[in-house]
Amino acid sequence: MTARDENPILRVSSLTKNYGKIAGCRDVSLDIWPGEVLGIVGESGSGKTTLLNCISARLEPTMGTVEFQTRTEGMVDLYKMSEASRRMLMRTDWGFVHQSPRDGLRMSVSAGGNIGERLMAVGDRHYGEIREAASDWLEKVEFDLGRIDHMPSTFSGGMQQRLQIARNLVNGPRLVFMDEPTGGLDVSVQARLLDLLRALVSELKLSVVIVTHDLAVARLLADRLMVMRRGEVVETGLTDQVLDDPQHPYTQLLVSSVLQP
Amino acid sequence: MTPLRSSRSRRGYNFAYLDEHTKRMIRRSILKAVAVPGYQVPFASREMPLPFGWGTGGIQVTASVLGPDDVLKVIDQGADDTTNAVSIRAFFARTTNVRTTEKTSEATVIQTRHRIPETPLIEGQILIYQVPIPEPLRWLEPREAETRKMHALEEYGSMHVQLYEDIAKYGHISTSYDYPVIVNGRYLMRPSPIPKFDNPKMHRNPALQLFGAGREKRIYAVPPYTDVKSLDFEDYPFEIQRWEENCEICGADDTFLDEIVTDDQGGRMYVCSDSDYCAERTAAAGKIPSEAAE
Amino acid sequence: MTPILSVNGISKTFTLHTQGSVRLPVLADIDLTVAPGECVALDGPSGAGKSTLLRCIYGNYRVDQGEILIDDGVETVDVATAPPRRIIELRQLTVGYVSQFLRVVPRVSTLDVVSEPLRMLGVAADEAEDRAHEILTRLRIPERLWSIPPATFSGGEQQRVNVARGLIVSMPLLLLDEPTASLDIENRDTVVEIICEKVDKGAAVVGIFHDPEVRDAVSTRTLEMSPMALVAA
Repeated sequence: MTARDENPILRVSSLTKNYGKIAGCRDVSLDIWPGEVLGIVGESGSGKTTLLNCISARLEPTMGTVEFQTRTEGMVDLYKMSEASRRMLMRTDWGFVHQSPRDGLRMSVSAGGNIGERLMAVGDRHYGEIREAASDWLEKVEFDLGRIDHMPSTFSGGMQQRLQIARNLVNGPRLVFMDEPTGGLDVSVQARLLDLLRALVSELKLSVVIVTHDLAVARLLADRLMVMRRGEVVETGLTDQVLDDPQHPYTQLLVSSVLQP
Repeated sequence: MTPLRSSRSRRGYNFAYLDEHTKRMIRRSILKAVAVPGYQVPFASREMPLPFGWGTGGIQVTASVLGPDDVLKVIDQGADDTTNAVSIRAFFARTTNVRTTEKTSEATVIQTRHRIPETPLIEGQILIYQVPIPEPLRWLEPREAETRKMHALEEYGSMHVQLYEDIAKYGHISTSYDYPVIVNGRYLMRPSPIPKFDNPKMHRNPALQLFGAGREKRIYAVPPYTDVKSLDFEDYPFEIQRWEENCEICGADDTFLDEIVTDDQGGRMYVCSDSDYCAERTAAAGKIPSEAAE
Repeated sequence: MTPILSVNGISKTFTLHTQGSVRLPVLADIDLTVAPGECVALDGPSGAGKSTLLRCIYGNYRVDQGEILIDDGVETVDVATAPPRRIIELRQLTVGYVSQFLRVVPRVSTLDVVSEPLRMLGVAADEAEDRAHEILTRLRIPERLWSIPPATFSGGEQQRVNVARGLIVSMPLLLLDEPTASLDIENRDTVVEIICEKVDKGAAVVGIFHDPEVRDAVSTRTLEMSPMALVAA
């Protein structure tokens, strides 16, 4: 576990995304290291979702590069890869957990089928084994196995989100992107989900980039934080340091605005 | 070559109804389809004298390949004598003066809805299928742009999801018709609603197989002697349907049987769906139909 | 003996942008060296910067000037300039921190809260659990509470869980901010015992001990600190 010898799993250099004259995000550079959780926080319009989409190969940036440390070919520029390779990467080495489970699940396919699809997409052709792997993952995310054949439209929001997480993790990705994964859920459901995410991240040694506007979620899950405002990164550092000793005026404003129940 | 001038019996229509430019356009699409087996080629589907959903795609393909010396057979669910088969055959008879037949062995072009003839086809024959929905991934992915990408990038894992769902729900793969196949080891294809019983016939068939979808505006093809493999799982291999009964008319035990309800007390009989094949067998056995079944 | 901690000339001023950018100097040119087996008590009135100093050493607060050198057994790391993941590594293996209160994570049982630092290091779950049992028993947390999240515990109980979590791993350097706050005499003495054991085994400790008896029992020397004058923007 020597931090010194590793290469970053994702390297973002001078990333800019313009929507016409408006900068979605401007000149952002960052590295993500194996096994670390990076939180990107900011309010609406800060550019955090734009940044997430650019670095997860879902939105081509106007300028700058995003490089990924592949398993066999070293650092590869994401937007210079063939589309086939990029799409394969997105199904195997990466995961993307959407804020709304409906965007990340096939609603007309059973829970087991949703997880199994990822396995079938990489060539698994044994029904029994696929079903077993799907069951294992459903157990891991504390999902009632008796509902493995039910449709996602019959599940609660929390269950749908846990199913989405299982679907994303079944192929053993090294990097997972999450866009407000607990947004819109009831508080107790959110607590349970965050718990699950913490456990999975540490057990599987995942690298995670999580976008959230909720500082409490950031504190719980992230090792490092990036604070964004109007498309720019205003502060970055250790999570507890950014939240306990904020330097930038905007960060101080953000931290002091959080309601304490 | 017989001149294509209109004769009184064609009543002013061009040969096979479509104008020559349209036929050329369709033939270009067919050539592309044959060059890339199983790939869906878009084509400019024309307005035909029958509504969408009644075989306009198949008819356009047939119209484009038919020549004055061809012999045409048209079947619907295996039979030559159902309404649609009769109408379409009459349509071509009227607009081409081409010879028509009910015997598979005599035909050069066969247009079919939902069955492959039992009589094995030979080189030089063309089998034209009527296709309602050409896209095998449509149930899973409603976006056309996305399904095109999936085909282009050979992202077919999801197709097995349908089969997975079947096994999860019914304990076996319940899809019994329009069963998805991989053509030439590359493209995922929907063979049209033929029973899965007929799928093995597509594999390395000496005839040229063409598929036309009029409403969806797609043509695809399986050239002669092309590999066609039905999807399955390692532990749930592909199987065709089987019956306990034989055909009551000709006695065949290896054809696709239709179940015919004979009275209102539950009486039923099983009969070959391929009417021509059944009649040939009966004639060959030299028996009258009711004595054939032993 | 080579020091494990070397604080050289650190200064820290808070700038409160939300209060019209008023500047609060708290630390000026602080030096501190601690060797293994030493326990330094930070002494001084409230506002002197004692907690701030501990947090700076831990990397929780940033310093404006100076260096904070920690020897992790392989190399020396300057907390003031090290990248975040290096500091995280330090916190897992080298530097422990016990604050005055427990930050409660919902739904995690007391046993899991206390054993987590061991499991994060790769210790097997059952061994981590056994060691958690040990220290919780020593701190007199009744067994019936082990499977319950500590959110509903009393202040004293929460502090003992906090101490258990902070001290379960043998860290070469320990930073303790009022570890015996809210504890009754019995438990206070137990914590003192644990700290002395660690110092005897060679750990280095920097701590804030409000209770003079505790201070006398554990510390080997004292660093006096005094508050700085408030400077308007």
